[in-house]
Amino acid sequence: MRTHNILLSGVGGQGTITAAKLLTTGLMNAGYDVKMSEIHGMSQRGGTVLSQVRYGDEVQSPVIEPGTADLLVAFEEMEAMRYLNYLKKDGTCVVNETQIWPMPVVIGSVKYPQGILDEVEKKVALKKVPASELAEQIGNPKTMNVILLGAIVQSMNLEHIDWEKIIRENIKPQFHDINIEAFKRGLELSK
Amino acid sequence: MKKLMTGNEAAARGAYEAGVKFAAAYPGTPSTEIMENVATYNEITSEWAPNEKTAVESIAGASLGGVRSLASMKHVGLNVAADPLFTFAYTGVNGGAVIVTADEPGVYSSQNEQDNRYYSRAAHLIMFEPSDSMETKEMIKEAFALSEKYDMPVLFRMTTRICHSKSIVDCFDREEVPDKPYEKNVPKYCPLPVNAMEMVKKLKGNIEAAKDYSNNCKWNYIEDNGSKIGVIASGVSYRYAKEVLGDDVSYLKIGFSYPLPDKLIKEFSDLVDTIYVIEEIDPVMENDIKAMGIDVIGKEVFPISGELSPDVIRGAILGEKIETVEPDQDYLVNRPASLCAGCPHRGLFYTLGKKKDAIIYSDIGCYSLGLGQPYNAGDAILCMGASISGGHGLAKALEATNSDKKAFAVLGDSTFFHSGMTSLLDVAYNQSDVCTIILDNRITGMTGHQENPGSGMTLSGEEVEPADIEQIVRALGIKNVRTVNPNDLKATEEAINWGMELKEPSVIITRYPCALKRFSKLDKEEFPEAFKQSCYVDTDVCVGCRLCLKSGCPALAFNSTVENKSGILEDMCLGCGVCQQICPMGAIKRHENA
Repeated sequence: MRTHNILLSGVGGQGTITAAKLLTTGLMNAGYDVKMSEIHGMSQRGGTVLSQVRYGDEVQSPVIEPGTADLLVAFEEMEAMRYLNYLKKDGTCVVNETQIWPMPVVIGSVKYPQGILDEVEKKVALKKVPASELAEQIGNPKTMNVILLGAIVQSMNLEHIDWEKIIRENIKPQFHDINIEAFKRGLELSK
Repeated sequence: MKKLMTGNEAAARGAYEAGVKFAAAYPGTPSTEIMENVATYNEITSEWAPNEKTAVESIAGASLGGVRSLASMKHVGLNVAADPLFTFAYTGVNGGAVIVTADEPGVYSSQNEQDNRYYSRAAHLIMFEPSDSMETKEMIKEAFALSEKYDMPVLFRMTTRICHSKSIVDCFDREEVPDKPYEKNVPKYCPLPVNAMEMVKKLKGNIEAAKDYSNNCKWNYIEDNGSKIGVIASGVSYRYAKEVLGDDVSYLKIGFSYPLPDKLIKEFSDLVDTIYVIEEIDPVMENDIKAMGIDVIGKEVFPISGELSPDVIRGAILGEKIETVEPDQDYLVNRPASLCAGCPHRGLFYTLGKKKDAIIYSDIGCYSLGLGQPYNAGDAILCMGASISGGHGLAKALEATNSDKKAFAVLGDSTFFHSGMTSLLDVAYNQSDVCTIILDNRITGMTGHQENPGSGMTLSGEEVEPADIEQIVRALGIKNVRTVNPNDLKATEEAINWGMELKEPSVIITRYPCALKRFSKLDKEEFPEAFKQSCYVDTDVCVGCRLCLKSGCPALAFNSTVENKSGILEDMCLGCGVCQQICPMGAIKRHENA
């Protein structure tokens, strides 16, 4: 099997790293060779967060080459545009419909760009998902990342893996049920 | 058992499996999580050292005492530890010793991009360079065996990508190694001039002998794919090359990278017509191989700085670029790193940044975030602890040139313990009027909240007497010392004005915990009210003057609730009250009983 590439982009605190951890653990348990790359450190202080996930029979590089990602999952709208160059020409971009203001917008020196997703849609196949809104609906905004995990699983046809088990083994018991609910919602979302 | 591990987790696991009993580190990106993970193994005594020099010296002592020991640090940390390193090479070891250096190609979270492979050459020490997590773990174990076999501390070079990438690791049991009781041996352990020349001969003999290992070990090997093009690569560069070039070229994979396998390189050069040397940062292998009289292609096609990646190698060797969809820059706004909501540094930098006569020597840590907008509170940075001694020299120059400017030094608690204390002794001894501000946020912040000598807790969670910064400062000979709460803007301003006017050394300690810190018992006693409230904007009172935005707080959002008025993201606000004190209209209010 060729190596598959999934890029998760977002803003510090959105749970991209946890989503990537669940994803890679599931892939490893399913018998794939897996590599994942993240950059920690100073970039965490309000900066963008990027998790690169690769799986297949034998994976060499831990980073995705621009133009080769099968799936770009943006946890925030602007972060979809920022990393579009990683996506294959016929790849899919899944975007959580939410905006997080960067410091220059917060202090009022520039406006948050309008119409980002329309512009992204002109360039690549786009699936908009209201993961943040859904997470609020099911009662815990933090489950947004697991809703997006469901969307990833559906997009990459990875339903054969026992994700409920992965969630149970890697998330605190008091959050099992709500995250499993979140995951199911995510699975249905991108259909 | 198979596990997905970062390189840092794998290095810690390797130390555990190798029977290590003592480990020490100073936190520094990208190496920090090595020691955090070592600390999860009860069999290993693990410590945060005040700095990298004390870490390496303490493992030299543990080695002398007969146990296997590990030190880890970021690349610039090895500069701090270079003094013991070079002579530890002479004395050699009793129990095996390994020193991990985590280099930062591309400078994600550092002040420079130095290539620490030069240290192996300069200090005549064996070096390993893993290309993924499994190799990291297995090489760490072998490094301990070789340390004992060749009687030297071994250098272990990781890079950001190896440290922070995850791949699958097969975990094995710990192998206890027999302790080696200390035996007095003055000629071995005391590098007096009378012994030193013998020691250097022994060291150089041992590193020469390690060449044989290098030529025959499993870490260095040829993959002959029948091609006339060959690639010699180390570290993650080997993985990138395999990704892009696959089986179309032959490889000489280098994992044991000093001394280089001379015979193997010669054999490889006979096999292929063209050799590319792919390595991150400097042309270290390239120059060594060229010195053997073998012609290779290296930095004339690969970049001389920055991180390598598959696309860089594709462009350099194949002249190809995979077609991409380019982002439209009109739709992007940068996300610069900023001080967190509730950060106790905010009040200080807001106040200090307004002092136009201040020249501010900053330091390594979160205070570097004071340099940017909206504070502009910083003029220079050099290395850990340099704010004080740099500020001292600056103050002397300002005095000599009759300048109206005033030198300030700003650094944090952990940086002060790391190497600021000797600098402050310089100030007290040689008497300059630099005003040193120690931002004591009760933790090592930027690297992710590691305990330090002032926090009252060790790496293993043991409660200890916290080092008292004010007492240390006074003991060093500083008479003018003030401690303030930086969230109190009036008190902070008064203290800065006081320091500004003094014609002799002064120290201001801003004492308030990091907003992201997990509070210890001591913190709860000292700061019972911290971060328990939040503020809001009364939009009927707000006139939209934007002065509050000068606090640079990410919890403030202009236009977020009402057009042309300030707003506060209440789930983010921690109620530090800095913006409340800035607002001239009294529009920012505190929730009752929040």
